[in-house]
Amino acid sequence: MAKAAAKKTAATAPSVERRPALAGQEFSATGVTLAVLPPAERISLRAPEASVAALSKALGVTLPRKPKTSAAKAGRTALWLGPDEWLVIDEAAKDPLADCAKLTVLHSAVGISHRNVAISVTGPAAAATINSGCPQDLSPDAFPVGAASRTILGKVEIMLLRTAADAFRVECWRSFSDYVFTFLSEAAGDAAA
Amino acid sequence: MLLIRCPYCEEERPELEFRNAGEAHIARSSDMAATSDDDFEKFFFIRSNPKGIIYERWRHMHGCARFFNAVRDTVSDRFLMTYKAGEPKPAKLPGASK
Repeated sequence: MAKAAAKKTAATAPSVERRPALAGQEFSATGVTLAVLPPAERISLRAPEASVAALSKALGVTLPRKPKTSAAKAGRTALWLGPDEWLVIDEAAKDPLADCAKLTVLHSAVGISHRNVAISVTGPAAAATINSGCPQDLSPDAFPVGAASRTILGKVEIMLLRTAADAFRVECWRSFSDYVFTFLSEAAGDAAA
Repeated sequence: MLLIRCPYCEEERPELEFRNAGEAHIARSSDMAATSDDDFEKFFFIRSNPKGIIYERWRHMHGCARFFNAVRDTVSDRFLMTYKAGEPKPAKLPGASK
């Protein structure tokens, strides 16, 4: 009986324990707050022009075709990264990989949920904080709400999404998350000063 | 900071996002096995290295990750123009002195 119970637990519980990097860390300075966002489902999507319409329909969010833009619907955000490349983030715990799996049109969807860590940077000094390590123009004219881009922060590559006038989502690789969070914390202190 | 126009992102972006990828318009032979040693040497090792206008491949490494071609002046380090990979060498350069 104990064996049966153990079997059942093994079947329902995930095979490995998930330990998100930096889980729940926060940092506040005058005018800017950093927070490590909860885990989300993510895919890296590559597809030719001909598949975009079908993929948009399956994912429930229209894949943006204009550079440096994003589209969001029902907790799911698609970021334009390149002419045939998108990052799809789902914060409603619905795996976008499963939605793509049904499709027969040519595409490549790779699950990268655990590869990335997201950090939110909010507050009036958010842009100044990110700009301390990111060379892009983050003024509202050049980088409006909804703008998204792959770029760099200090020594590492990040994906940047402006979620509101004074809020950004910084996505970086898990192994770089400690560097990014520390960098942003230091920058937040400077931006506040 | 030097700004480079990425033809895929359709805007000028900071140079830190880019990587140089060598000289452009060097076509690889479709029949490499039949290439003579002399021709292979020219294809593989010999570069023009001009003082002045050079046609280069660049990559928007930390952006759209796409390769494209750029025309740069090696003396002033000024980018005269950029164009998408696969497009022919531009016949006329904007703002070129000669």
